[in-house]
Amino acid sequence: MNYIGIDIGSTTAKTAVLSEDGTLLFRKVIPTGWSSKEASQNLKELLEANGFSPEACPCVATGYGRVSVPYAKRQVTEITCHARGAMWLHEFSEGTIIDIGGQDTKIIQVAGGTVQNFLMNDKCSAGTGRFLEVMARALETDTAGLCELSAKGGGVTISSMCTVFAETEIISLVGRGEKRENIAYAVLDSIADKVAAQAKKMRIGEGFLCLTGGLCECEELKASLADKLGQEVISHPDGRFAGAIGAALSGMKRRR
Amino acid sequence: MNLVQELPEVFETFAEQRRNSFLTVKKIKEQGIPVVGSYCTYFPTEIAMAAGAATVSLCSTSDETISAAEEDLPKNLCPLIKSSYGFAKTDKCPFFYFSDVVVGESTCDGKKKMYELMGEFKNVFIMELPNSQRDAVLPMWKDEILRLKAYLEELFGVEITEEKVREAVKLNNDIRRAMKNFYSVMQHEPAPIKGGDLFKVLYGTGFNFNRKQIPADLAALTEKIEKEYADGKMLDSRPRILITGCPIGGVTEKVIRAVEDNGGVVVAFENCSGAKSQDRLVDEEAEDIYEAIARRYLDIGCSVMTPNPNRLELMGRLIDEYQVDGVVEMTLQACHTYNIESSTIRKYVTTEKNIPYMSVETDYSQQDVGQLNTRITAFLEMLE
Ligand code: SF4
Ligand code: SF4
Repeated sequence: MNYIGIDIGSTTAKTAVLSEDGTLLFRKVIPTGWSSKEASQNLKELLEANGFSPEACPCVATGYGRVSVPYAKRQVTEITCHARGAMWLHEFSEGTIIDIGGQDTKIIQVAGGTVQNFLMNDKCSAGTGRFLEVMARALETDTAGLCELSAKGGGVTISSMCTVFAETEIISLVGRGEKRENIAYAVLDSIADKVAAQAKKMRIGEGFLCLTGGLCECEELKASLADKLGQEVISHPDGRFAGAIGAALSGMKRRR
Repeated sequence: MNLVQELPEVFETFAEQRRNSFLTVKKIKEQGIPVVGSYCTYFPTEIAMAAGAATVSLCSTSDETISAAEEDLPKNLCPLIKSSYGFAKTDKCPFFYFSDVVVGESTCDGKKKMYELMGEFKNVFIMELPNSQRDAVLPMWKDEILRLKAYLEELFGVEITEEKVREAVKLNNDIRRAMKNFYSVMQHEPAPIKGGDLFKVLYGTGFNFNRKQIPADLAALTEKIEKEYADGKMLDSRPRILITGCPIGGVTEKVIRAVEDNGGVVVAFENCSGAKSQDRLVDEEAEDIYEAIARRYLDIGCSVMTPNPNRLELMGRLIDEYQVDGVVEMTLQACHTYNIESSTIRKYVTTEKNIPYMSVETDYSQQDVGQLNTRITAFLEMLE
């Protein structure tokens, strides 16, 4: 028996397949596009083309589009799934997970292998992947490009926490002839600031701390977060699949 | 009340009570009975009752009039204040329209300054509520109650006798006891009914002008629920949630729904829509009945008080008595007192009572229903 997890986020849709003995057999990420339904259908076709049938095995959906996955047997929230997925990837049972998603940022504390406490930012895109995307666009690059640029920058900060105002600030920085590298640095710094402030509000304390979600490969962001929180931030190359893996694990858990 | 009806129908009757009372209030006015409107649990109803007036809560619970209110009030103000002011200003609330006077208290800053503006087009009487519950401030609050008494006597041309006040105290205590008995059905595990239905009764009862009838109605309903429970009619076992924070009603019932649509059950309301406004009684035997009334109201554990130990005391008691698995606090956007106090509540719930706590900040829109569902579901998954 295989276990399938589907994670429909606001920007990307992911799937992960785990075998009975807990090996990651398959994973894939595609853009969500404008329709969660279509994205879930595309994932289904992808799975089938690779020999996995989501209808024949326990399939759990998560993410903000979790209700748009008609073939899933169950829905579990992204909080629970990210926690389970991250604990599985990093093999830990006590610590903190920071997930920077497209739409929201989550900070999840786990102990004894279960969620103890979490915080989700409210109705504001500052400090989320969306913020980074908008800013990257203003700098005529993409998220990965922005991370790269920022490594060579410094010295500039943006004060606005709100995406709309921050964008205006960036445009005026560009107009003033500020170096793109420095602006990219300022953008990452502002995200890290906002996220770190949330983490501090939760009093996450010391201990294991990992970053999941689409930005987990951005070394500059990790370094900046680590600096602001005064502790090491770990990530995993499959970190963006934490939600999908957690969903698959939820199917397995229910079964046992 | 017709108790031959099935429970769901009975709950619906309560849910419709507010709307049905629109007509009643008109009739009451036609009979020449004065009406006193209020916005807050600190309003000492007994005084108005003793003046022979009907009392009604004007607290607004919809976003319909917020944009009208924002013509006069700042945008970043608590939606309860904006909506209440908006309904008053646009004359869309029949209760407000028929109120001879509106009694407000100096609770939070937003409300007390809003009353000033409201006073420009309505008869508003503002009572100065102290910021603390120390014995030293009790005489001042008692004076305010006496000032209200004198004002109503003059306004309605009546005499408020001590006998009438004691009568009102007795009746209100009976109502509070009946309310408490009623919501105590939720102490059962599994719960007999949904918190949403419990809420309909708590909320609807506040709009029943036939106050003398309330204790008997509630007693009959409680008995019916207990009897059906004994016959095995109950929910399945699910995570038991206590709701605390700002007053709930109308649009913000979305929080109750988010809990109950996603597998939990609300077993207790600590806020003003529930236990906070019912839990304490006035000492009926007190020699100085006005002081007893003053004490009872001053002791309400609202976040406008500093310090506010009574909120923790009541919450702790409810957590134990109702076998609560988790606490959800609902705060309204821009409500400073509750938003700040939430950090004290979190600490108390998680370290003294050792159960999980979550706070959600919301407003009178439907925009955040998706996110509310996700967050509350995640909280419930955590309790599993
Ligand atoms: S929460 Fe406080 S200020 Fe608001 S109605 Fe209740 S007692 Fe009054
Ligand atoms: S909810 Fe808060 S801000 Fe709004 S009226 Fe009540 S105490 Fe004041």
